[in-house]
Amino acid sequence: MSEAVTQADKPPVVDNGPRDLFSKFDDTIRMRETLLASGVEDPFSLVMEKVLSPTRAICNGRDTILLGTYNYMGMTFDPDVIQAGKDALDNFGAGTTGSRVLNGTYQGHKECEQALMDFYAMDHAMVFSTGYQANLGIISTIAGKGDYVVLDIDSHASIWDGCAMGNAEIVPFKHNDIDAMEKRLRRIPEGAGKLVVLEGVYSMMGDVAPLKEMVAVAKKCGAMVLVDEAHSMGFIGEHGRGVAEEQGVIDDVDFIIGTFSKSVGTVGGFCVSNHPKFEIMRLVCRPYVFTASLPPSVVATAATSIRKLMHGSNKRAHLWENSRRLHGGLKELGFTLGTDSPQSAIVAVIMPDLERGAGMWEALLSEGLYVNLARPPATPANMTLLRCSLCAEHSEAQVETILGMFERAGKAVGII
Amino acid sequence: MDRAAVDSTIRSLIEPFNKKAVAVEDSTTFAGDLEFDSLTVMDFVAAIEDEFDIIISMNQQAEIESYGQLVDAVTKLQGE
Ligand SMILES: Cc1ncc(COP(=O)(O)O)c(C=O)c1O
Repeated sequence: MSEAVTQADKPPVVDNGPRDLFSKFDDTIRMRETLLASGVEDPFSLVMEKVLSPTRAICNGRDTILLGTYNYMGMTFDPDVIQAGKDALDNFGAGTTGSRVLNGTYQGHKECEQALMDFYAMDHAMVFSTGYQANLGIISTIAGKGDYVVLDIDSHASIWDGCAMGNAEIVPFKHNDIDAMEKRLRRIPEGAGKLVVLEGVYSMMGDVAPLKEMVAVAKKCGAMVLVDEAHSMGFIGEHGRGVAEEQGVIDDVDFIIGTFSKSVGTVGGFCVSNHPKFEIMRLVCRPYVFTASLPPSVVATAATSIRKLMHGSNKRAHLWENSRRLHGGLKELGFTLGTDSPQSAIVAVIMPDLERGAGMWEALLSEGLYVNLARPPATPANMTLLRCSLCAEHSEAQVETILGMFERAGKAVGII
Repeated sequence: MDRAAVDSTIRSLIEPFNKKAVAVEDSTTFAGDLEFDSLTVMDFVAAIEDEFDIIISMNQQAEIESYGQLVDAVTKLQGE
């Protein structure tokens, strides 16, 4: 029954050659073939030949404005960040060739964890090789047999996979529904361990969770709370600590999960916590132990970037101006958006179906604009979305250019 | 509540989700016969959970493929 929760609706079965282990992918293969047969450029195999800045690249030979990266704060080309990476490459080499718990912890990994503790004002920080592994590791490790994980149905794949990897009972509730969450928490048998998993910003629609209420309810019910702040770090909350900070509940959050692959501008993941026993995670969390640690250059760029994000208030203000202008402009043009008001740096444009979504995506690309095409099963309610994510380095003029591109493409494809 | 009572309660709960008015028997499957998609499953499970004041975790849902199995599971859960 729950199979369906993670799978798109199935089109009718037709013959696709001899049956083998790959037959289960026939529906996906067919969906892709149908899409490409309509003549559109393949939305899932774009190559960027050159990256000119955080907001511009050469894609398939075209000078393209990037509006579909998670480079929210534009840190990828920050000169201090790049210099730190170069120095670490020179001084510590290209990689660690080892696990964090064996030969893979360098001074740089410790400095990076210190930068996170300073950024979040928390006692413990653990750096993983990706944010995906941070969710996978923490959730599957802390929630064991007989425990309950209560999570939002629109949670990121890495959260679902962390649930699937562990042995706890998994109980989803309707997106952002405080009441549905509370009811489920109250029905959990007396004495069972409880973990509530939430996100600050949900990346598909760009909407924010009512963390103030949800964290209060979770605490009242005696649950521990984990919040994934992947899409809020650096620009939401007074110190950029995320939605939990913005809504004044960060002190009641037991674990914050984050990533270096978005605002920080490199790759890697982390968990920060004030739990007195948190350090034991380094020995018992398998996705931390059984994989190589991040290269020295990566942790050096991450640490430098995190420290710079502590002082990023001007950039942050500009990012919000961009988000408001794009959201307002698209709404005025007549597009249907994922949220009524701009809540984050993500503006999701809802497409009527996959075919027209892909058509619109291609029309924008030929205008010289890259956005993310998101389709089921990654999207809520099986929607097709064009997801725009803004960068603090997008100029005011670029945002106006983007709106012009959307207007022309939208009219050409017949969406507005 | 005995199995028959649970059955009749779930039968009325399923109605709004049974868009094609498929005749529901114990062997009727949710994915195959009723063509429930992910959203329908979530809403339907939530309706049952609220009605019986129980939790049907994803782990338990994974074991339930047919209507009869669901009635059995709910009968057991609400008796606990
Ligand atoms: C909410 C959320 N959590 C975790 C991740 C995983 O981050 P990473 O790219 O570091 O694996 C992502 C990014 O895809 C995300 O959107």
